[in-house]
Amino acid sequence: MSKGQASRSNGLRPLPKTPTGIRGFDEIMGGGIPKGRPTIVCGGPGCGKTMFGVEFLVRGAMEFDEPGVLITFEESFEEMAQNVASLGFDLKGLAAQKKLAMDFVKIEPSEIEETGEYDLEGLFIRLDYAVKSVGAKRVVLDTVEALFSAFSNVAILRAEIRRLFRWLKDRNLTTVLTAERGEGALTRHGLEEYVSDCVILLDHRTRQQISTRRLRVVKYRGSAHGADEYPFLIDEQGFSVLPLSSLALSYKVSEERVPTGIADLDDMLEGKGYFRGSSILISGTAGSGKSSVCAMLADETCRRGERCLYIAFEESPSQLVRNMKSIGTDLEQWLRNGSLALEAWRPTNCGLEMHLLRIHKLIEQHKPDVVILDPVTNLIEGAEREVNSMLMRLLDYLKTKRITACFAALTSAGESQERTTTAISSLIDTWILVRDVELNGERDRCVYVLKSRGMAHSNQVREFIITSNGIRLVPAYVGAGIVLTGSARLVQETLEAAARMASGNETEKKRRESARRRAAIQAQIAVLQADLAGEESEFSELETEETTRQQQMMMDRQEMAAMRRTALPNGHAEAAKGGA
Amino acid sequence: MRKGRGAASTGRKTRNALTELRLYVAGQTPKSLVALCNLKRICDEHIPGKYRVHIIDLQKSPELAVGDHIVAIPTLVRKLPEPIRKIIGDLSNTERVLVGLDLEESVALN
Repeated sequence: MSKGQASRSNGLRPLPKTPTGIRGFDEIMGGGIPKGRPTIVCGGPGCGKTMFGVEFLVRGAMEFDEPGVLITFEESFEEMAQNVASLGFDLKGLAAQKKLAMDFVKIEPSEIEETGEYDLEGLFIRLDYAVKSVGAKRVVLDTVEALFSAFSNVAILRAEIRRLFRWLKDRNLTTVLTAERGEGALTRHGLEEYVSDCVILLDHRTRQQISTRRLRVVKYRGSAHGADEYPFLIDEQGFSVLPLSSLALSYKVSEERVPTGIADLDDMLEGKGYFRGSSILISGTAGSGKSSVCAMLADETCRRGERCLYIAFEESPSQLVRNMKSIGTDLEQWLRNGSLALEAWRPTNCGLEMHLLRIHKLIEQHKPDVVILDPVTNLIEGAEREVNSMLMRLLDYLKTKRITACFAALTSAGESQERTTTAISSLIDTWILVRDVELNGERDRCVYVLKSRGMAHSNQVREFIITSNGIRLVPAYVGAGIVLTGSARLVQETLEAAARMASGNETEKKRRESARRRAAIQAQIAVLQADLAGEESEFSELETEETTRQQQMMMDRQEMAAMRRTALPNGHAEAAKGGA
Repeated sequence: MRKGRGAASTGRKTRNALTELRLYVAGQTPKSLVALCNLKRICDEHIPGKYRVHIIDLQKSPELAVGDHIVAIPTLVRKLPEPIRKIIGDLSNTERVLVGLDLEESVALN
């Protein structure tokens, strides 16, 4: 790495590279293998050296328009073509299109007698002939070391191999040489002494009856490269190295929320649910309801019209559908309309990278918005570190695609529930813990949000109740310094309800009493008002009478006066009359 | 002819049959010239008149290298009598050439 930086600071162009076209490999190599130079691919028998070489040529011919030459020392063209046909590589077709030339250099040591000086010019001539016949840019030599068993004069051989590498470099041929891994050395015959630019080590190891293939870049002069061991696999689509992408934490994050499918759980997560593209861990002991929480998320996702991929490592799809139906969730409808893909296989079926690749493939096929792995802990057994890196790669991949990932994790009862999943917990954004609480001879489920990055989540423990209508989260009884769940909570709640009812009755009685009294008082008020009204009307009658009487008296007086004034002229009397 | 090796030990049949040889070279290199020189000497000495040498220059016809699986230069191939035998090098070690060509009886005579 330091050398690479040095050359750049000197103002030299960075090392030109040739992409191999092998999935994932070019990423860790920073673009490919050194252009116009030899690269050694070494490893034990059956590690995939030849496949690597063949794919390098086939991809070159098909994707980069770089014809190639395949020189084999151990297998004939027929055999080779047959071997790689299963990977979908048509060597004969490529040969017919002049994109590939092949030469089988058969060496039978028993037929050969050595007398005196010789060189390997014959090999050079054949190589040259093959290169010219297709205008090759790429060469694969599988395995040059076979020469060591054929010729006894090691001094000549070494000189000739050195010359071969020079020859390849001079012609600017990007070459892959395969080599058998030696004891205590990278290659059995020390080929790496001649090729010091780039050495790739392939490894094939078996742990607990499951084989894992690994690749490591031992040396890459003049270039930065990933230094780890990367799992890889060879399947019907060829060679692929994982990760498929992203070595950096540079993905964009989303503010968008995804409901959990459980309204009460949404409430605990700011009322909105998970972040889109985040990673969720649901951990708990056996039977704590992890799968149910996962299924709710799947159901909710499909209900929204999005797509969900559910990978089950414990249950068959039909079993899961049946079980979820019992709690009121019909997953079958989503299976039928295709929005849900339910895949199940045993975690022991294959190695980790195979799992990862299968998951990748399913993701590519189904294009889900949510991926659920239930439970991810089944993969861990005995290989925690590897699972960790596998999940990290998977999560990186999912995050760049903005797919929400939900993992269920089983914790075993005896152990601390938070410790066992530390292997993956640091990769997780939202961690929901479902735990059992044993009290008063019963086991209740409790749920709480252990962490949730980027949101103000609830810190409350809720009781987790699975009913035939779905999942409900009930606030646990918290009062008088105790936390109660299950029937203890129910008992406590009943007691409180009874107390409430008793005190309620008392109030009611008082209320009725006061109502009655108010009615009585109002009646009294009515009577008094009636009295008052009677008195008032009597009084007004008296008044009227009085007025009438006074008028009468006035009239009488006037009449009297009138009568006394009869002596007065009539006119006056008449006037007085009219005035009255 | 299948009894090639057995016949060689008695020496009769082999010496009566025609030995057909091919010498693969790559241009007029010193090694090639030495090899050709040595070959002629040995054959004239041990199987005079009963051999035929065909010299193939791979620089002129590289496609011929595949047929006899030539890797090293120079290579001497005994096409007949069967089985095919190959000797590589400049043929400077006469004894080994005789062993290679299945002319051991002559070796014994030496």
